[in-house]
Amino acid sequence: MIKAILIFNNHGKPRLIRFYEYFAEDLQQQIIRETFHLVSKRDDNVCNFLEGGSLIGGSDYKLIYRHYATLYFVFCVDSSESELGILDLIQVIIFFILVFVETLDKCFENVCELDLIFHMDKVHYILQEVVMGGMVLETNMNEIVGQVELQNRMEKSEGGFSAAPARAVSAVKNMNLPEMPRNINIGDINIKVPSLSPF
Amino acid sequence: MALKIVKGSIDRMFDKNLQDLVRGIRNHKEDEAKYISTCIDEIKQELKQDNIAVKANAVCKLTYLQMLGYDVSWAAFNIVEVMSSSKFTYKRIGYLAASQCFHESTDVIMLTTNQIRKDLSSPNQYDTGVALTGLSCFVTPDLARDLANDIMTLMSHTKPYIRKKAVLIMYKVFLKYPESLRPAFPRLKEKLEDPDPGVQSAAVNVICELARRNPKNYLSLAPLFFKLMTSSTNNWVLIKIIKLFGALTPLEPRLGKKLIEPLTNLIHSTSAMSLLYECVNTVIAVLISLSSGMPNHSASIQLCVQKLRILIEDSDQNLKYLGLLAMSKILKTHPKSVQSHKDLILQCLDDKDESIRLRALDLLYGMVSKKNLMEIVKKLMLHVDKAEGTTYRDELLTKIIDICSQSNYQYITNFEWYISILVELTRLEGTRHGHLIASQMLDVAIRVKAIRAFAVAQMATLLDNAHLLTGNTQRNGICEVLYAAAWICGEFSEHLEDPLSTLEAMLRPKVATLPGHIQAVYVQNAAKLFATVLRGQEGAPADRTVAQETSQLLIDRLPLFVQSANLEVQERASCILQLVKYIQKLQQKDVEVAEEVTALFAGELNPVAPKAQKKVPVPEGLDLDAWINEPPSESESEDEGRKPKGKAVFAKEESKHTKPRYTEVDEKELAKRREVRKAEQANNPFYIKASPSSQKVYQDGVGVEHIPVVQIDLSVPLKVPDQYVKLEEERRQKDKADKKKKDKKKRREKGEKGRRRKGDSGPESEEDITPAHMVDITTEEMPENALPSDDDEKDPNDPHKALDIDLDKPLADSEKKLPVRTHRPDEVLRSPVDDGEGVEVVPELKKKSGKEKKDKKKDKDRKKSKEEKKKKKHKHEEGENLMGAGSEVPVQSEDSNEVAAPPPATTTNEASDLDFWLSNAPVPSNPQEAAKVSEAPSASTPEAVSGMAVVPPDSEPEEAKDTEPEDTKSSKHKKKKQKKEKEEKEKKKKKKHHHHHHHSDGAGDESVQNGNVEEEEPLPPMSNYALLAENSYIKMMCDIQGNLQDGSQVVVSVIFENKCDSFIKAMEFNVLDSLNSKLQRPEGAGPHDGLTVPFQLPPGISNEARFVFSVQSIVMPQKLKGTLTFIVKTDDSSTHEKLDFKLHFTCTSYLITTPCYSDAYAKLLESGDLKGSSLKLEGVSQPFHHLLARICFHHHFSVVERIGSCASMYSRSIQGHHVCLLVKTADQTVSIDAKCDEPGLLGNVLDEIKLTFSQC
Repeated sequence: MIKAILIFNNHGKPRLIRFYEYFAEDLQQQIIRETFHLVSKRDDNVCNFLEGGSLIGGSDYKLIYRHYATLYFVFCVDSSESELGILDLIQVIIFFILVFVETLDKCFENVCELDLIFHMDKVHYILQEVVMGGMVLETNMNEIVGQVELQNRMEKSEGGFSAAPARAVSAVKNMNLPEMPRNINIGDINIKVPSLSPF
Repeated sequence: MALKIVKGSIDRMFDKNLQDLVRGIRNHKEDEAKYISTCIDEIKQELKQDNIAVKANAVCKLTYLQMLGYDVSWAAFNIVEVMSSSKFTYKRIGYLAASQCFHESTDVIMLTTNQIRKDLSSPNQYDTGVALTGLSCFVTPDLARDLANDIMTLMSHTKPYIRKKAVLIMYKVFLKYPESLRPAFPRLKEKLEDPDPGVQSAAVNVICELARRNPKNYLSLAPLFFKLMTSSTNNWVLIKIIKLFGALTPLEPRLGKKLIEPLTNLIHSTSAMSLLYECVNTVIAVLISLSSGMPNHSASIQLCVQKLRILIEDSDQNLKYLGLLAMSKILKTHPKSVQSHKDLILQCLDDKDESIRLRALDLLYGMVSKKNLMEIVKKLMLHVDKAEGTTYRDELLTKIIDICSQSNYQYITNFEWYISILVELTRLEGTRHGHLIASQMLDVAIRVKAIRAFAVAQMATLLDNAHLLTGNTQRNGICEVLYAAAWICGEFSEHLEDPLSTLEAMLRPKVATLPGHIQAVYVQNAAKLFATVLRGQEGAPADRTVAQETSQLLIDRLPLFVQSANLEVQERASCILQLVKYIQKLQQKDVEVAEEVTALFAGELNPVAPKAQKKVPVPEGLDLDAWINEPPSESESEDEGRKPKGKAVFAKEESKHTKPRYTEVDEKELAKRREVRKAEQANNPFYIKASPSSQKVYQDGVGVEHIPVVQIDLSVPLKVPDQYVKLEEERRQKDKADKKKKDKKKRREKGEKGRRRKGDSGPESEEDITPAHMVDITTEEMPENALPSDDDEKDPNDPHKALDIDLDKPLADSEKKLPVRTHRPDEVLRSPVDDGEGVEVVPELKKKSGKEKKDKKKDKDRKKSKEEKKKKKHKHEEGENLMGAGSEVPVQSEDSNEVAAPPPATTTNEASDLDFWLSNAPVPSNPQEAAKVSEAPSASTPEAVSGMAVVPPDSEPEEAKDTEPEDTKSSKHKKKKQKKEKEEKEKKKKKKHHHHHHHSDGAGDESVQNGNVEEEEPLPPMSNYALLAENSYIKMMCDIQGNLQDGSQVVVSVIFENKCDSFIKAMEFNVLDSLNSKLQRPEGAGPHDGLTVPFQLPPGISNEARFVFSVQSIVMPQKLKGTLTFIVKTDDSSTHEKLDFKLHFTCTSYLITTPCYSDAYAKLLESGDLKGSSLKLEGVSQPFHHLLARICFHHHFSVVERIGSCASMYSRSIQGHHVCLLVKTADQTVSIDAKCDEPGLLGNVLDEIKLTFSQC
């Protein structure tokens, strides 16, 4: 079971949180802080597993994370999940966010914090197609892409919801973004990220 | 209206959307909180508007704020509004918000039930999907119970997208509503073979999750999973299955043997590291479960270890970490194969990654042996020296101590070495583990008698250098060591070479800066030392004055401690000060006092094992639960509540007056006290057992001559005390040489002695190293006749415990559909049988249920012609059944048909399949073949290991004869399965149709009772569902309950049952409101509009809907007239029909079962606010507990206390009225004295109780 998925940036600011077990808001924030504290002091070239923090889980739980660009993607899982499998899954999710930010709005060319904050709801919808109630729902890339696409199309046919993301574009253009890797090595699945042109 | 919409959309243009909010927050970095609070105010305004788009926008922003840590529970109702929007866009936002912030105690959740049900049955698959996703996050026991049926239906949805979500969410439903597991399981199992890989994966996921917690119930699925494992190509599914096998193998070693080959093949063939790693893990689990027997194991272990070594040597830190993790599992059973990789693991200690270092440390723990302990610890000490961060260093420190002290110091051959290691460790700066070192020092010094002299010398040095430990405030943790040092020096002072200087060291003014508890030990042990010093000095008559000087020393120094702020220190110091003053007086009169002073501290402390007390066997004939004195017949029960528990552990006599009246309570209390006492004694290390030889044998006085104390060079940081290592090695050499000499003497050869020869230590075996000192635990520390009992208790709060349900037992008819009702918390005295739906509570089924017998009888009727065959089959099934229970011996029971009901063939086939699959079939090269073999055991292999017979092949199709084949593409096996399932459904339908008439089935009924005979008189079945109205199309049953959350609401649950052969749809439920009671209608509906029932009824199906009524006064019962209109649709026509009914709101329905504690109850009665009334019932012949159960069940009371034939009961109305009953029974007469703060309500409730009993 996955107990929580946390995405926060290099400063520990939450960008997306998803708990599959109830925690009160203040406790959630405490968990984020503690997790950030654990994760942020680790070098990039050490292993991606951490024996769980004291707040969440206990001895059966592990933190599995990836540091991508300015974001940390942290999964808190118990022993029924395969560690390497979850690492791959995080890659898949990063990949989807990349793809979807692109399809959402052609002006965005890379995943970055801003895309995540401005479209937190959209990212949630993507995540919902991958993990449900703490269990992995789907690992087939095409299937996930198809379903999210169809739902977005439905939303568009209803008139859409979010207006004027264009304003966000200018904000992005003014940001200094770190160099993005062109190619994510997704362990066993081996996906090449579609070629995204740099700014 | 149109204007409103236009206005709304104009409003929207000015609203902030999520992006604006985010941007705003980013632009207000300095006053973020202030900005957000204005935003929240705006959101509140937006939520007040009618436009759903505005609301959805607001809710979307709230979801973002929730992420930032703001509590948004106040908007829960608005979230529900957005959830119920008809537009997918908004619905999705609503469900997202709900999934982020709803939880079990969110009260609006109960309002969502119908909305969710509607969404689940929506024609749009994404509405359903979004509802399922949301539900998976906030499902509550209530929702799970109410929606279980709907979700189960979705498991067979045409769209795989819905199927996989429905399958996955079932796990959550099981957790919240364990009763649903058995009825839903067959369908879940079916989904393992779903054509869609996503659904299959979801089913595997759910079953793996279930099986992980209660593996034994899922063993019978092993063949199926085996098939999946050998055929699936989805790595994710494979990993799950392989992990599941890892959990199953410990229960069934034969499974392990079968698994090794395919797993080994996978290990060789797969390129996916994740899969490889899980395979290795499971092979390890298999090897552990087999641990002995098979000869080929070493090859598998070698393979695993080899693969793991590759992982550990990989440059990828993740693989390295996992490799070490798996290695530690092998270590437990096959330490030898891991030990050969010691080099690699020690290398990992140097890794830059802390996680990896910690893993390597864990491994080292298991790798030590007598031979390499010193070497490993030496390496670790080097790391301690190098370690930077304190956390890692502390971890190293605890690991060193763990490694050395594991299994009762098993690997320590030289305790001098260990003590010196501990002393070295005290030089660590800023460690938090001072107390750990201290307890080790104490433990070793107390338990290893031979080491005491050495330990005391070391401790004396420590005390002498105490200033080095306490110099820095940062080092506070380590000064705990002084606690141990002072105690050891005091207690074993006879070993001190220079007690006087130690005494002096202990009385230095600096000591006063130590923590209080340490000072206290210092003072006490200074007194012990003083006694020793005196004895030594008086031994030499010339030194009278010296003795007096010693007393003077104490008199000079102790006042410092008398002034201590710590009470303990103060008290001990002033006691001892006075004592010393008195001694000094005697000394001045030339009286010999040493002997008497020493007597103060006479007696040796014996170590006692922590569990020793628990293991003392209870002598025969002693009943610890029996009263020593008869309990007084009368007492004031009010006192009981106030009495502090556990304080009066040994003072039974004192508590005599406050003893509670009832033995039930007494026993609980006693048990509690026993627990407390046990815990106390177990935790008290100084709890001394009586020993005949407890007198200390005094040694002759030790001279005072000055012996130079070994100075440890403190400037050298953490030097591993080599001298002891050397000494130990020399000792070993000597031992060995001695042995050799003995051997060689025979051969007249020259033995080498006393010289170090490294080459020799190589072949030396474990047994050759004899420890220098023994740790005496088992012999002395345990009481005689100690009972070997180590009972570990499972966590009673584990939600998975409720899911420990036997799934192989066939479903009883009653179980084939999900129980629908029970929407109140379980009551104390609730009836186990609830006949309203013909549903049995699950535990009931563990007994031989009569219903099963009924099943069998029906079968028999149907197949009278095949009577012979059938009997044979049953017999054989019986044998298997018993075998399945664990015995390998075939049981031949001649009249098994009479003894127990044989389960239907499907499940037994599975059980036998498993046995057959495990025991008989050789592992075939083609997995498909294996599957086939396991599916259809043919008559040509009649005798399995256990001598089972074989099912006649025609028995299965026989059962499924009246169903038509459905999916021609699927395999033969699957077809069968589907047929079975179909038939089950058919049966289910039939049952549903007749389930209200079950009790008329004479034979079945009788056997139910027979089955229960050995039980205490069972409670009769009870139901609160009363017939509301009925015609030839439809039947309505209803139950009325007060709403816990809202004092003015009553919930009416109505079960609609379609009695005709046509489809019933468009049901509309309407009630004529009265002034007092109104049906709650959705916003915008007129006061006379009916409510649409949110479902349609196919023929023979029943479903439940709830309606909420608001009620003002609850004092009087009420009747409301109502009408149900519906359309009956047949193939060619449809007709409008209606059914009138009268809803009867009894006063009972306003009561809510509320537990009440006896003390609160007594206070309530004493308060005098309640008015009384009473009732007498004549000729009630039912047992008292039935009577109570009836009152509890039908009238929503709970029992507060019951003594013999008298019980007090309590309930509360939805508006907070207390209702108290005192029920007494004698000679078929029941008298009920009642009190309530509302006499009108009480009168009506009593009338209703009377009515209940007059009806039965």
